Amino acid sequence: MTQVAVSPGASAPHEAGDPPVPAGHVRLTIDGVTVIAPKGELVIRTAERIGIAIPRFCDHPLLEPVGACRQCLVEVEMGGRPMPKPQAACTQTVADGMVVHSQLSSPVAEKAQRSNLEFLLLNHPLDCPICDKGGECPLQNQVLANGSATSRMRDPKRVFTKPIAVSSEILLDRERCVLCQRCTRFSDQIAGDKFIDLLERGSAQQIGINSAEPFQSYYSGNTIQICPVGALTSTAYRFRARPFDLVSTETVCEHCASGCAMRTDHRAGEVTRRLARIDPEVNEEWNCDKGRFAFPYVREGDRITRPMVRDADGALVPTSWTDAMSVAAGGLLAARDSGGVGVLTGGRLTVTDAYAYAKFARLALRTNDIDFRARQLSAEEAAFLAARVAGGTPESTGVSYAALEKASAVLLVALEPEEESPILFLRLRKASRRGVPVYSLGALATRSLAKMSGTLIGAVPGGEPFVLTALASDALAGAGVPDAESRNKLGALLRTQGAIVLVGERAAEVPGLLTAVDRLAERTGAALAWVPRRAGERGALDAGALGVVLPGGRPVSDPAARAEVERAWGASLPETPGRDTAGILAAVGIAEPDDVASPDRGPAGFADDHADEPARGLAGLLIGGVEISDLPDPAVALAAVASAGFVVSLEIRASAFTELADVVFPVAAAVEKSGAYVNWEGRIRPFAAALPQAGTLDEARILDTLGVEMDVDLYTQTPAAAAADMARLGVWTGARADTAVDHDEQPATHRRHAETIGLSPVINTERAAAGDGSAAGFVLASWRMNLDGGRGLDGEPHLAGTARPDVARLSAADAAVLGVRNGDLVAVRGPASSITLPVAITEMLDGVVWIPARIDGIGTPGRLGANVADRVQVVAAGDTGAAAGKGR
Amino acid sequence: MSFLDPVKGFGVTFATMFKPVVTEDYPKHPDQPAPRYHGRHQLNRHPDGLEKCVGCELCAWACPADAIFVEGADNTDEARFSPGERYGKNYQINYLRCIGCGLCIEACPTRSLTMTNEYELADDDRQRLIYTKDMLLAPLLPGMEQPPHPMRLGDEHDYYARGPELLRQARQAGPLAAEPVATKDTPSPTGAPS
Repeated sequence: MTQVAVSPGASAPHEAGDPPVPAGHVRLTIDGVTVIAPKGELVIRTAERIGIAIPRFCDHPLLEPVGACRQCLVEVEMGGRPMPKPQAACTQTVADGMVVHSQLSSPVAEKAQRSNLEFLLLNHPLDCPICDKGGECPLQNQVLANGSATSRMRDPKRVFTKPIAVSSEILLDRERCVLCQRCTRFSDQIAGDKFIDLLERGSAQQIGINSAEPFQSYYSGNTIQICPVGALTSTAYRFRARPFDLVSTETVCEHCASGCAMRTDHRAGEVTRRLARIDPEVNEEWNCDKGRFAFPYVREGDRITRPMVRDADGALVPTSWTDAMSVAAGGLLAARDSGGVGVLTGGRLTVTDAYAYAKFARLALRTNDIDFRARQLSAEEAAFLAARVAGGTPESTGVSYAALEKASAVLLVALEPEEESPILFLRLRKASRRGVPVYSLGALATRSLAKMSGTLIGAVPGGEPFVLTALASDALAGAGVPDAESRNKLGALLRTQGAIVLVGERAAEVPGLLTAVDRLAERTGAALAWVPRRAGERGALDAGALGVVLPGGRPVSDPAARAEVERAWGASLPETPGRDTAGILAAVGIAEPDDVASPDRGPAGFADDHADEPARGLAGLLIGGVEISDLPDPAVALAAVASAGFVVSLEIRASAFTELADVVFPVAAAVEKSGAYVNWEGRIRPFAAALPQAGTLDEARILDTLGVEMDVDLYTQTPAAAAADMARLGVWTGARADTAVDHDEQPATHRRHAETIGLSPVINTERAAAGDGSAAGFVLASWRMNLDGGRGLDGEPHLAGTARPDVARLSAADAAVLGVRNGDLVAVRGPASSITLPVAITEMLDGVVWIPARIDGIGTPGRLGANVADRVQVVAAGDTGAAAGKGR
Repeated sequence: MSFLDPVKGFGVTFATMFKPVVTEDYPKHPDQPAPRYHGRHQLNRHPDGLEKCVGCELCAWACPADAIFVEGADNTDEARFSPGERYGKNYQINYLRCIGCGLCIEACPTRSLTMTNEYELADDDRQRLIYTKDMLLAPLLPGMEQPPHPMRLGDEHDYYARGPELLRQARQAGPLAAEPVATKDTPSPTGAPS
């Protein structure tokens, strides 16, 4: 409402003194208050803006209006004539000259609302004492404020069996439901998982699911949060606490790089639940079930609680912090001087913890051998990250959640957003519903792509760089090229203002892909963003926990950049760019080459790429939060760590490395410390400690103390101190290194790769379609699922129950060649072993087989001995009875 | 001042010997407090022994001294402690904090929590003054069965609407599963009269 001076005769029908109505706005009166509102605004929102609260249950600002609960009835006059019946303020749009009387000024509206409340309570059980919503229930609040103290209802209430499990995590109590349809509308409009809907009619009307399809959505937890009564509750929080028991802390989710704002509620030193916090810039009001429910892992029995050192007999024994610190410092100093120490940080650190690691490596260990990547990686990726990603913010890159909604087109490369960054998917779906075209480069038209009304640009795994190179060139694709029409359209759209390319961390699995993405962005002018899976990767990159980059995106190879950091830190820095995770593990393993870099491990491990490293064995390792099964070849990594002379491990829970470590420090879990993550946008997401009294220390504090033992000051005692130290450095403004550092080597890799996958993706596709694809083997496509039995999901079996079933995806043509139908078992055979899964026939390229990248907690590439884009064999695996119904 | 002053006091003493005694012979003969005295709490049972407490925490909510701690849990078919979905798994009253105001028993929606006349709530140990559920639960009367056990008196609604009546009917039809014969081999719970 802008109050401006009135120009004479501006608004004739209104009394003098009224401000003029801006274009696209209307003037109306609510409860005697004249207000100017944009056309199309709902009366309930306009009233809200001027401080008039109209009660509501079904209305939600992010869902389309439905007018289901009838609680917001108001009296409306149009042109001096009252409408015959009270109107629902949540569906009534404003109009010029409208006069609205809410319950505050109209006895009719007041009576309508009171009567409706009584109506909603007819069948609502008065079981508030045992209802999880009791104490924070909109219906309860409304009745206490405005309802009648006694009930006129004398007849028995409608009863349903309560509660029924619509999924293993979500319980539905139909008696309590007021049929507002927030849950069904959310599932339909926001998540796109319409597994839950209204059934029956009249008084038997109820929410329900198709008995063959449980409510298997990654976003089902949001329906609990928006339910205005206790009809939807979670198995995890069932009867755990009351609102007044809970202490709430504003936190940020630690499970992926989306950076959702969360509210963590705890009681008596234990987290009882987590909710999505409202942040319009990032997650709006939603989060995914993993973020909501996967928090009990910190209470698991394998939590490390005391520092441990290896005693004379080789057993790990608990000891004091002081003792552990001096043993660790002594060992690391010795290792540093006899070959050096490598640092592996894992991708789950807060930005300040990652900064402490980065600083510790450079100052205390005097090396650049540090890497945050515990997954498939490449040198090309490190160069790409250093050149294009490090230090970027939504402002500097032009890519943010909000920008996606206004993009002219979004191209996803090596990214399956629903599985790898669920809230990014929700925003992309919102954008697509507003008309933003979404394209995905890959071999499969996934369900999430369908939900985004997206277009698949087909590319056989390994062939993506060729497609991107073609897109980057100004020449149009000819008629013979698959998806020619879509490609040309995308090519044109990418050249328009506001086009966005999102590239996932899986791009590192395909040589040349990141270079091709970078070239594409350069040639077309599209904005580019990198979307990692883990919450800490982006922050670790900005903090310099990578061999080729210092904090703020400063290239290690640039003397000016080094000098800047040296001035700030007051110490000299090592000049040689550091090795990556693969290189560090390989360098450790050099001591015993027979055990580690044996050639038969070739395709599975990354050791082969680095077998020709200079023979300078690392003598020690500092490992923090690396999960062994995340590494491409766990066996190689274990052997490497076992062969290292001195290993210091910083862990929340005992891991495979704990048994191999010489010193083990317990560290604080995300809920026990404050800090910040950097999400994929580059946005800093600070959070407070939910359980600060847990008595645990974060990594930055431990490393700071360890640094003091080693005669180095890190100034990272507290997250605030570390953040200030890091902020003093700022972001590098000088020249960045070129993306493709390995100019000489890259084409060779390319060539080698082109041979393995066939001549080119196009020809490859045609060959597969011609039927000989199965004979030559299938190209493996694979990625991690959102819920796939990672250790972060431990302790929450109900959540694990909503995971999607593991399937092998094949095209219809390939399935026909193999003679398998949906649900039949097929064996996917790699050099190392085979995996048997039920088939799900999917719209995808022929000659490609997709399987999850992690099955039963074991990484698929390591198990098969084949990486993405490698050839595997697929054969029908006999009896189908066991698998019937498993695939969808 | 009078010359009788030194012996006046003896007069008072002498006269008092013929008046009723106001002191109590505690602890040899403790007096019974008023029927509605706010003494130690008790968690009552349904006639078949199931607990009335549903773990709703309304008592804890009402408590002005934050003396009550309750944790609810889910009744399952295998282990049922109260009629309905929910029971109080953990129940503690801290008598160092309790001010005996009785707001908790007013808040209780199932009449589970009431106050007894027991007032001997003193100790020299803080820990012992935090009363746990087993100390607060009413003793098992004849005919009651130690939970967990299934609902013997009908469905959940019957318990609240017609509990005592149903018990009488059940008794007339024959001995309940929990009549003394059945409880002989199970040890008597804490606080229950043996």
